[in-house]
Amino acid sequence: MSEKPENILDRYTTGARINHWINAALLIALALSGMAFFHPSLFFLTDLFGGGAMARILHPWMGVAVVLSFGGLFFRFVKFNFWTKEDTQWMKQVGDVVNAREDKLPEVGKYNAGQKLVFWGMVLTIIALITSGIVLWDQYFAQYFTIDQKRWAAVIHALAATGIIMIVVVHIYAAIWVKGTVRGMTRGSVTGGWAWRHHRKWLREEVSKGAK
Amino acid sequence: MALDLMRRSASSTPAGSLSGPTTEVAKLIDISKCIGCKACQAACLEWNDLREEVGVNTGVYDNPHDLTENSWTLMRYSEVVADNGNLEWLIRKDGCMHCADPGCLKACPSPGAIVQYTNGIVDFVKENCIGCGYCVKGCPFNIPRISKADHKAYKCTLCSDRVNVGQGPACAKACPTQAITFGTKAAMIAQAQTRITDLKERGYKNAGLYDPPGVGGTHVMYVLQHADRPQIFAGLAKDPTISPLVDLWKGMLKPIAMVGIGLTALAGVFHYMTKGPNRVDAHDEEAAAREMRRKAS
Repeated sequence: MSEKPENILDRYTTGARINHWINAALLIALALSGMAFFHPSLFFLTDLFGGGAMARILHPWMGVAVVLSFGGLFFRFVKFNFWTKEDTQWMKQVGDVVNAREDKLPEVGKYNAGQKLVFWGMVLTIIALITSGIVLWDQYFAQYFTIDQKRWAAVIHALAATGIIMIVVVHIYAAIWVKGTVRGMTRGSVTGGWAWRHHRKWLREEVSKGAK
Repeated sequence: MALDLMRRSASSTPAGSLSGPTTEVAKLIDISKCIGCKACQAACLEWNDLREEVGVNTGVYDNPHDLTENSWTLMRYSEVVADNGNLEWLIRKDGCMHCADPGCLKACPSPGAIVQYTNGIVDFVKENCIGCGYCVKGCPFNIPRISKADHKAYKCTLCSDRVNVGQGPACAKACPTQAITFGTKAAMIAQAQTRITDLKERGYKNAGLYDPPGVGGTHVMYVLQHADRPQIFAGLAKDPTISPLVDLWKGMLKPIAMVGIGLTALAGVFHYMTKGPNRVDAHDEEAAAREMRRKAS
């Protein structure tokens, strides 16, 4: 883009944003169809997918798709998500975090500790979900697993699904709470002030790269 | 006898009966009387209009080798050395036990795909089945099979269509030795007791009735010559119960997950209400602008 205002920083490439929103749509569809099988009161959600049998057919394929799409996000973002000493300090001051006292927190790079926990939490739950999901995918894999293994898989799948839905809720809430965040994933850019307030170390890195 | 619903899968509200208490029915399979003729298997296929594939012989009489979506009942043959040193040929007619506490119904996520009538019969309702296979995981006896043709679950219906019009199951009707009988559960228990007395007199000191309490009793019962060792009858479960994993999955996990997700969302709402949005202020923008100019120059 030409003639960018001087106090605007690029945060996500177009590819990263498309990847993120495909992933988001898939995870929401998986949560809706999965919860329909999980709780009788939510079975009506299968109607969104063309009925119970169609939801049963689509759910695992969407799971395969989310593994591919999250794989894309993983390789894009993993290098920003390694844990550091500052992250441990940030977590110790979680009281300052929820009370928006950013000035008391260590300077944050591209991601803060909470975002890194969301990232790694997603990695772990998606691995648990696809593994247990294959064990439960009777249409293609019924003969490879014992019934008791499938029972374990059902419990693990439900627990991991609960975990990832809670992680997504936290992720969405954080984006709503911290104003100026969502534009990073829609238009791809954030204001300098936003970066200064929430990701100062990242701002300094970006500026010293001399780029934007 | 009208088939009133007692339970309906994946339904929070109870399925009440309008006609009051119904007599429970049961099929009694007296293994000591079975001659292994497979008339029951043939009758089951015929009444239910099913076709089984022509299989291959693997050196045992079991044919087909396992229950299938077409074979809802199966004679399982075991050669066992009994307590007195005699070789015994034990033939058990396997199939749905019609548990009073059915694990399949508990596991089923689709409303009304599995029902239990007030007479005790547990039935699969094809129209509502979504083919997920949860009933397979719920069943303590490994009975339901998913069809490769329509991906729906099948098992013995206890001929609910025949029972509904006052007939006994097709297998019982076909059995030439009356090893299979059908009637009220009370009458079948009484009949079993006289058979067990006979068997004990003939030296089967451990003869007994198989009506496992772990699943609330069943509406298909066996007279076993060796009731102390049901496993020797082709792996009949000794104390079958719904797996604790299924109990957890379909029990505690549901409210825990729903409350957990709900509370997470609610925590967000309350946090926003009390703390308000986290906004970037003018100082942040100025500081950022300074930082960016400083490096640029």
